[in-house]
Amino acid sequence: MSRAPRTFYLPAEATARALGADAVAQALLAESARRGEPVELVRTGSRGLFWLEPLLEVQTPAGRMAYGPVQAADVPALFDAGLGQGAGTEHALALGPVAELPALRHQQRLTFARCGEIDPLDLRAYAATGGWRGLDAALGLAPEAMVEAVTASGLRGRGGAAFPAGIKWRTCLQTAAPQKYVVCNADEGDSGTFADRLLIEGDPFALIEGMIIAGLAVGATQGYVYLRSEYPQAHRTFAQALRAAHEAGVLGDSVRGSGKAFDITLRRGAGSYICGEETSLLDSLEGKRGQVRFKPPLPAISGLFGAPTVINNVLTLAAVPHILADGATHYAGFGMGRSRGTIALQLAGNVKRGGLYEVAFGVSLREVIEDWGGGTASGRPVRAVQVGGPLGAYLRADQLDVPVDYEALAAMQAMLGHGGIVVFDDTVDMGEQARFAMAFCAHESCGKCTPCRIGSTRGVEVIDRIRAGDQPQHNIALLRDLCDTMVEGSLCALGGMAPFPVRSALDLFPEDFAAAPRRAA
Amino acid sequence: MEPSLPETREHDPLTSILPPEQMAAVAAALDAFAAEPGALLEVLHAVQQRLGHVPPAAVAVVARALNLSRAEVHGVLTFYPDFRQTPPGRHVVRLCRAEACQAVGARALEAHARRALGVDFHGTTTDGSVTLEAAYCLGNCACGPSLLIDETLHARVSPSRFDALMRQARGGEA
Repeated sequence: MSRAPRTFYLPAEATARALGADAVAQALLAESARRGEPVELVRTGSRGLFWLEPLLEVQTPAGRMAYGPVQAADVPALFDAGLGQGAGTEHALALGPVAELPALRHQQRLTFARCGEIDPLDLRAYAATGGWRGLDAALGLAPEAMVEAVTASGLRGRGGAAFPAGIKWRTCLQTAAPQKYVVCNADEGDSGTFADRLLIEGDPFALIEGMIIAGLAVGATQGYVYLRSEYPQAHRTFAQALRAAHEAGVLGDSVRGSGKAFDITLRRGAGSYICGEETSLLDSLEGKRGQVRFKPPLPAISGLFGAPTVINNVLTLAAVPHILADGATHYAGFGMGRSRGTIALQLAGNVKRGGLYEVAFGVSLREVIEDWGGGTASGRPVRAVQVGGPLGAYLRADQLDVPVDYEALAAMQAMLGHGGIVVFDDTVDMGEQARFAMAFCAHESCGKCTPCRIGSTRGVEVIDRIRAGDQPQHNIALLRDLCDTMVEGSLCALGGMAPFPVRSALDLFPEDFAAAPRRAA
Repeated sequence: MEPSLPETREHDPLTSILPPEQMAAVAAALDAFAAEPGALLEVLHAVQQRLGHVPPAAVAVVARALNLSRAEVHGVLTFYPDFRQTPPGRHVVRLCRAEACQAVGARALEAHARRALGVDFHGTTTDGSVTLEAAYCLGNCACGPSLLIDETLHARVSPSRFDALMRQARGGEA
């Protein structure tokens, strides 16, 4: 008697694949064929619990059961334990019901609710899990009402600058022009961040839906997604999603039969970090060198090809469908102070349970790193934590009680940025990290303004002199002065913030700038 | 299909320096993207995808087709780290040098990779099999050190795993 196939879910996301998911998929299909236990294998995005990847899920009458981290060699034993028949819950890799996983139970997943749940390119599964609800609601609203909903939700730009999205949209809406654009900044260059990639690989239609709503709200009919070239798999997935959305009539001349047009073009970056800065990104989209523009004019008034342009991060746009579907009040109900909604924290570096944690603002860094992350992967004490990418300040282990909130971090000269948290153990050399911050700035500077272009190179040299023991007092004063010049005089955040990690390293870890003993040890 | 380059003449000094195979790649890239606004990066990506690099002689051809100056195209070609003007090795290895990977041993891996391959960043091994490039974040920050071999991502790369991957890449093609 043949059994009905059992449904297995396994991520096809880049990190899961790098950890062996494709080999697991092959082993599952081979083993099920060998045993005559039919399975249907659905390749999903990742839930972002990377210490459990490849994370296999099996549909049972009691919900999905999780197993992980699974390697191909584990597959026969999992079948022996009854995996193909909905049992196997006693196996050493069994983690119990997915919904009960502690790492997920502590989260408030709005933007990432679908990641890991469905085949990211399955339009039916997207619709069945609430997809297009936000868009359909938007199609019944006037542009002003859509902008008002985004404003009332308190949504702020998730790319790092945390500018209120509703204000950007209103400015663009109120600027009359025959052509406007919606640009999605998917140039996720900060080290320690991968949330944009997870969303694009795991739920691309959510981004498409958010961009269409933005277009309807401000009166734009053309969108661009600027995706960094370091993400080849995200590029393939999003290109496929665009084709599928076209064929389904979601994109094109009449969005879901509304008679309103919107289209999206996918473009690729070329390895330049500065193109994540919004005005450099616009120049790059125009086919130029990615150089920073002066502001004003704001992109919302004169952006891509000189036209009014809404430019938002992937996660900002992907949050929009939720706001339109469930209401601004629901979204604003999460969070604290002026930081409303949820934030996708990305726990990375030397950490035991690294991955994506989507939570309401207000949780403390210590809770994230110690309780959820389990401390360092090396088992050594945490010494430093860098929050907010390569331009974010370093924090010391005794400063981690700060809540995750834009203002609270700013008050201690730090920033939340795109939500990346990079953990270092006590083997880190903070003098070396400070040098890297300057060297990175020198490498990535667009060259337009002098403090950034020249200052970063001089910064590397001065740090080298300090660490060589060459007039350390004098050179530390010089370095601080240089940092001030870069902060005050740079055109954009690259030169303007690269001094933050340098200063914080100097202030919190002065012993690492001494000439010999510690580093020689 | 005939390459449909605008104003291409038989004895045009600009086009005649490009060997036919390279000319065809440039023409195909222009056919695909020249009509799109601001498409220079996509054109250069497409040329590089076909040829592995963007030959300097292609600059004038692309410039004329897009109504840009050669200086503008050269400026873009040299601004972006992805574009190269000389052919790479048979595999391109992009090693992440950013902070999250540094926190789990990327600096040591970097030193090992340079020593093992006998090249610095942007260099190609003497047997022409591997070009080593730096990347500043591959988005695999919870499972570093990370590297991309061509378009395949690898996680938790220790020096010994690096050696194994290189043996595979270099041996698999013999």
